Amino acid sequence: MTVREVAVEAYREALPALGASLVGGLLAGVVLGGMRADLRAVEGLLVLVPALLATRGNVYGSLGARLATGLHQGLIEPRVRAGDRRIRAAAAAALANGIVASLFAATAAFAVLSALGAPVASLWRLVGIAVVAGLLSGATLVVVVVTVVFAGYRRGYNPDTLVGPLVTTTGDVFGILFLLIAVRTVALVLGGV
Amino acid sequence: MLPVLLLLTLVELGSGLVLGSFEDTLLRYPSLLVLVPVTIGTAGNLGSVLAARLSTAFHLGTLSFAPDDETLAGNALATVALAATVFPVVGLGAWGLSALTGSTDLSPWIVLAVSLSSGLSLAVLAVLVTVVATYAAYRLELDPDDVVIPVVTNTCDVLGVVLLYLAVRVFV
Repeated sequence: MTVREVAVEAYREALPALGASLVGGLLAGVVLGGMRADLRAVEGLLVLVPALLATRGNVYGSLGARLATGLHQGLIEPRVRAGDRRIRAAAAAALANGIVASLFAATAAFAVLSALGAPVASLWRLVGIAVVAGLLSGATLVVVVVTVVFAGYRRGYNPDTLVGPLVTTTGDVFGILFLLIAVRTVALVLGGV
Repeated sequence: MLPVLLLLTLVELGSGLVLGSFEDTLLRYPSLLVLVPVTIGTAGNLGSVLAARLSTAFHLGTLSFAPDDETLAGNALATVALAATVFPVVGLGAWGLSALTGSTDLSPWIVLAVSLSSGLSLAVLAVLVTVVATYAAYRLELDPDDVVIPVVTNTCDVLGVVLLYLAVRVFV
């Protein structure tokens, strides 16, 4: 293949996925733009945003890839049955990883900002926000990833190509949306905002 | 999985600290704040698409690490072309959505300039990072599928934020 042929093929293959994540990213941006008051009130929250968004992609992208491999190898069936231990174990592991990473991100952000002498909200507020947001978006993403990968597989789509765009798009939107809900929920408990 | 995940979280915290360093500007101009998630997402995606394609070519044995390699040059070109297609939409979309949902003090051309300049420089850096990471995986005899994609995706996330910061410094 010539350079031009390779470039055209790569461009055509990647554009739909990039377009989908563009729409998701812009929607997430609008929600973030509406959170300016919350970002001002909870100092250090903006520092957490990239880590929380990336955790969704890393954890639930890997769950999707595992499900796709399991389907290809015939180890799991594309049906959501409460009795299937493999699916439940993979989903529970992903959710646990997501919560631990969110908890770690909040603690590390608090530690670094305190060490730098930067203004930062209380550790409990940041940890509370990260855990509530991680739990809500994790539970939603598990359902979305399992449902779409199985439904796509049954209709003859390759689950490997579905997972990436799906997780980045829904991960961004739900990640920011549940961050907003988490900030407001924690404010109800701890007061303020 | 968990140790790698925590390490990547620390890397992402670095891009969070960069965001924190220009938080006042971001909060003053909502259209720049709208740019943040979409820039991070697109940056990571550009890197991961390129990394996945180079890893596959590497496994198939059709990739050589020479500047005149067709697979390498073609994929690098496609990455820059994708950035040139997507980032104007990112900039104008961010400006349009903030104008719809509130007010914006910046002209659309400034937001477009920020988005396009950070996006195009990001594409060039994403190519460099991906090629270096794939080559390093090959030399260290690691499976590029396992190593390169998470490293490249998260590095590009950070680079996206750093370049956004630099573009805001230049244009706003």
